[in-house]
This record gives sequence, structure tokens and C-alpha cells, in this order.
Amino acid sequence: MPETLTKIVVNCETGEQQILPLTAAEIAQREADAAAYAAEKAAADAAAEATAAAKASGLAKLIGLGLTQDEANALLK
Amino acid sequence: MATTYTLISSVIVGSGGAANIEFTSIPATYTDLIVKLSGRNSASGDDRFEIQFNNSSSNLSQRRLYGEGTNKYSDAPASAIQPTGIVQDSYTANTFGNTEIYIPNYASSNNKSLSVDAITENNATTAYAMMVAGLWSDSAAITSIKLIPMSSGNFKQYSTAYLYGISNA
Repeated sequence: MPETLTKIVVNCETGEQQILPLTAAEIAQREADAAAYAAEKAAADAAAEATAAAKASGLAKLIGLGLTQDEANALLK
Repeated sequence: MATTYTLISSVIVGSGGAANIEFTSIPATYTDLIVKLSGRNSASGDDRFEIQFNNSSSNLSQRRLYGEGTNKYSDAPASAIQPTGIVQDSYTANTFGNTEIYIPNYASSNNKSLSVDAITENNATTAYAMMVAGLWSDSAAITSIKLIPMSSGNFKQYSTAYLYGISNA
């Protein structure tokens, strides 16, 4: 049986608290938000990996030119 | 706590968790509002929750400054207010994030600004601290506030939310 998603709704005038099932619109929004975040995170992770790879490549080339590791690191800070 | 703080309502999430927490019928009798949230997300990989007013996901904007154990960031993801203030489920067990949301002049007919101060907890390098400047560009008085864990998560049991009204002394 699928899980029933519920929300807590507090009426601040009466103090009444209710546990209610999510509406179809709320479930659809929740799924869309999750998909959007997954795509955004995948893009950010790929960009971070590309940056790290470029940095490593640049460091190797600087060391190849005769700089020490510390000198190359200082240039890339 | 200052006597100008009045507890309006509070929630402690029970064993079934909660897909969101919503304060409704907020009286317009205070000057400002504060929400204090202690939360944990059932989703792994996402520390964020979303803030919505009056059941609207429109006309929201944000500027975020944040960092974890290694990096620092500044960004402004569009069309939402999403602090990283609830601990994701892959973090150290039984830890919770802390968030304070301050909403001045919530009942005015001007756009509503807010500030958010949020942290997560984790016995590892990655745990976030974040400041958010948010804006809801709407003239309606705020009568409801919804807090929604992201990535299809639920607030886990023992998450708490407290809504305070602040009055001018």
C-alpha cells in the first residue's frame, strides 16, 4: 500500500492541530521540486568536478615549467 | 526571553513525520513574527526547506550566504526561499538543524522582507551555516506560513516549530 503523505496544520486562532493528507497539487509540486533539485545538483556537481580537474591540470603544467608545488599552489589561490 | 515575545503556536512532529508544517489563521495583532524551527529531513542529500506564505509559491526571492567545513558560497536561486536549516538524514543520527526566521511588519500592505539564520549539525566536515535575505513581493498580510522539507522529504519525528508574535514594547 502506498505511503499516505500527511501535513500538520495548526490553526493559530483556535490552537487546533490537524494531521491531513497532502492534496494532489501538493504531491505534484513536491515531486517537481525534487526532480528540479536533482537536476540542479547534478549540474553543480559536474561543474565542481570540471573545476577541480582544470585546477589539477593547471598545477601539473606549472610544476612542469619549474615552479615548486608551493609556488604553483600560491598562484592558484 | 523579552516579554514582547508571545508564543502563538507550536508543533512537535510525531512518529509518522510530516510532509510540511503549516501555521494558519495567524492573527494580525503583532508587529513582527518569528519562527524557530528545529528540524531533520527524512531525505538524504538535502538540507533545505522551503518557506511559503498564504499558500503561495509566487513572487518569492532570496539572496543566500553560506558555507560548510570547506567552501563558502553566495547565490540567489530564483522564485523561492530555501534555507539549508534541516539536517539531512545521512548526517549524524539524532541531530537536528536550527533555524530562526524573522518577518517584520508581516501584516502591512508592503512587500514582506524576512531574514533567516540557519545551521545544520553533523559530526563531519560538511555541515552548513547560512544567512538568507528573503522577499515576498505581495501586499497581502501574512496569515499563514508553510515550512516544506525539500527533495520529497518529511520532517522527522521530534522536529519542532514555534511561532512567536513580537509586539513593539
